[in-house]
Amino acid sequence: MSVKEHDPLTGHQTTGHEWNGITELNTRVPRAIWFFVIVTHLYALVTWILLPTWPLVTTYTKGILGIDQHEQVAKQVVAANVARADWADQIVTMPTDEILGDTVLMSRVNATAHQIFGDNCAACHGRDAAGGPGFPRLIDDAWLWGGDTDAIMETLRVGINSTHPDTRYSQMLAFGRDGMLGREDIRIVIDYVQSLSGIAPSDTPVSPERISAGEEIYLDNCAACHADDGTGDMEQGAPNLADQAWIYGGDKDALFETIWNGRQGWMPSWETRLSEVERKTLAVYLARLGQEATQ
Amino acid sequence: MMSNLTGAERTTAMTIAGFGALIGLAMAAAGHGDPMGVHGWIVLAFFGVLFFIVASALYSPEPVEDRALSYYDDPTKVGIILALIWAVVGMFMGVWVASQLAWPDLRFEGAWSGFGRLRPVHTSGVIFGFGGNALIATSYHIMQRTSRARMPGQISPWFVLLGFNLFCILAASGYVMGVTQSKEYAEAEWYADIWLVVVWVVYFILYMRTLSRRNEPHIYVANWYYLSFILVVAILHIVNNLAVPASWTGAKSYSLFSGVQDAMTQWWYGHNAVAFFLTTGFLGMLYYFLPKRAGRPIYSYRLSILSFWGIVFFYIWVGSHHLHYTALPHWVQTLGMTFSVMLLVPSWASAGNALMTLNGAWGKVRDDATLRFMMMAAVFYGLSTFEGSFMAIRPVNGLSHYTDWTVGHVHAGAMGWVALITFGSIYALTPVLWRRETMYSWKAVEWHFWLALSGTVIYVFSMWNSGIIQGLMWRTYTETGTLKFSFVDSLVAMHPYYIARAFGGLLFLTGACICLWNVVMTILHVPQKAPELDYPTSSEAMEPALPAAE
Repeated sequence: MSVKEHDPLTGHQTTGHEWNGITELNTRVPRAIWFFVIVTHLYALVTWILLPTWPLVTTYTKGILGIDQHEQVAKQVVAANVARADWADQIVTMPTDEILGDTVLMSRVNATAHQIFGDNCAACHGRDAAGGPGFPRLIDDAWLWGGDTDAIMETLRVGINSTHPDTRYSQMLAFGRDGMLGREDIRIVIDYVQSLSGIAPSDTPVSPERISAGEEIYLDNCAACHADDGTGDMEQGAPNLADQAWIYGGDKDALFETIWNGRQGWMPSWETRLSEVERKTLAVYLARLGQEATQ
Repeated sequence: MMSNLTGAERTTAMTIAGFGALIGLAMAAAGHGDPMGVHGWIVLAFFGVLFFIVASALYSPEPVEDRALSYYDDPTKVGIILALIWAVVGMFMGVWVASQLAWPDLRFEGAWSGFGRLRPVHTSGVIFGFGGNALIATSYHIMQRTSRARMPGQISPWFVLLGFNLFCILAASGYVMGVTQSKEYAEAEWYADIWLVVVWVVYFILYMRTLSRRNEPHIYVANWYYLSFILVVAILHIVNNLAVPASWTGAKSYSLFSGVQDAMTQWWYGHNAVAFFLTTGFLGMLYYFLPKRAGRPIYSYRLSILSFWGIVFFYIWVGSHHLHYTALPHWVQTLGMTFSVMLLVPSWASAGNALMTLNGAWGKVRDDATLRFMMMAAVFYGLSTFEGSFMAIRPVNGLSHYTDWTVGHVHAGAMGWVALITFGSIYALTPVLWRRETMYSWKAVEWHFWLALSGTVIYVFSMWNSGIIQGLMWRTYTETGTLKFSFVDSLVAMHPYYIARAFGGLLFLTGACICLWNVVMTILHVPQKAPELDYPTSSEAMEPALPAAE
């Protein structure tokens, strides 16, 4: 059976086996293959000598370069911190007003804060810091807990309604759901609240009697937090109701939902996640964004 | 199909189906209120249908022909059709999840339609559904032909094929219900994994028994590769899926490994799934259909030996290159890296052996899209193995890891190599299997070839671009010494490439749909023609042996 034939095309001999019409030539392995086998094995051999590679019973071959990835990372982190130290220390020690006036330092802040904000804040507050439904806009002068850099720093440090022991804590009560106000009372107070921020009902003007009834409900229920004039209280994170900024919406439906079911926004604490330099950089960055937007 | 089974075999089949249905019922009862209960109903329905199919033909006439005079091709036929159905389903899922990356709102309200749940349906659908069925079907065909022997039983080939598909169904339906082990390419939970072990052991025994019945003195290369695929996949699957079920009545289980050992086991499995599922099995396909179609002898038997042993020896070491710069000890990373580089030469030797085999048949490659599929597959095999060894080098991996470059690399292999060799093999196999003169439409094969090739090229190029841009953006520092871009910035930069990728995938899916249509039309409308000598014989009876280069 085993007939070794010559392939007329290549002149090579077959192995003499045949499987359902398939035969094989007994061609030598090309020199190039052996060459690259040697090259890749030499590469491996040299790498084994240089780097940690082979496990021994309780240890491993360390390699003559003495490289270890953990040490490498630690060194690189130190080196990177040293490279940043000149301006990073300034950020921590200098008052924010001076930082804002220092063009060299501000160029550092702008170059750095974009990435910090993008990776940590943008998911809720938007890449342009303009907020969205449920998440405050950071580039206006409406702030829940204060918009100066110290207040922002503190908010970043402890968060709002977070798990941090010093967290800022605030809650809008569920006046409707918990039976403190009836539906009609809520509708009346909505009209009053809208009048505070000058949102004029388009077609049907609200009667002065209804407004004053709303004011009465407001003073009894809302003013303790939002202040008599509706300008809010940054000490307890109660938003200003007399401006145009609305986190959850200023239309009647949104306000009804807010008053009926209450609200309790949540911002994480960044104390363990971001360094003080990073938090201050962010605060300065936001202060600058706010200045530019409101100018 | 049923007419090829004896009455005794039908009874056995019915017993197995009935037993399976009972297990399904037990699962449905025990797992009530858990996804396992839903799986119980699926198992019950699956075996119930089989039970009735067999029962309805239980008293049909016995087969009249002497079955030893022919190969057993019924399971192969069903396997090919199932492979193509899975291809269409799996690739559709791929286009869907690719589109979700470009347009995240492209989903329904329910959690099942989110990226995290659909993505494993895509990966398992194409790797196991399409690839697995194609491997099982072609292995049945090839092991019989190259052994000149019929498979030993009639039941076990069906058990393996259908049992494997039940596993695929349990896996895919589990993912959309949120059932997952959170191990990539091994997401299916414990009872599905146990079932696959049973199926796989039967597969291994079936393969060994067929080989032991062979009428050829030697075992052809394709069988080495198929056997390595079956054997090593069994080992990988069993070890990586070692887990303790949280309860016997629920789908949840906990892995036996934790921490970095878990990661290492997973990527030892993960990379060798690429090696022994997506490489060696398909090399078996290549080694049979390419020389057969080209009508040329394999270029070098010695090269086959070198590359086979090189591939099976080196591959098993390289999984740790998936964990560069992680908690995995440095020395394990170095080992994975160096073995990945040494692996390149045997891989290229395989690709080169295939391409050199085409010497003397390049005219056929030009004229015959089926052979061109196989040629292009060998080219992509060479490309992606080079790329893989390159990406395994630690500093290169520092740039490429976690980026779309990895995704592009995987798809150069999965689309360019695995799917192209499978489609080429299906076009070569279909007329033989169904005893047809030719494929229904050669133009459709041409269309499929160019759609598949352009889809792959668009896909791979867009992922190369986006991956390298991503990798660079993540490591770009400002002169201040801080990162220049946020992650979201890199996502914005990816958007055009994600659209291009989804389009490339759509072209590829279109090609797969054409293939399914063409195969169905071939079965329905092409006149019959029996291939010569396509039956078991002792090779002595075949004298004189077929001339090599005719």
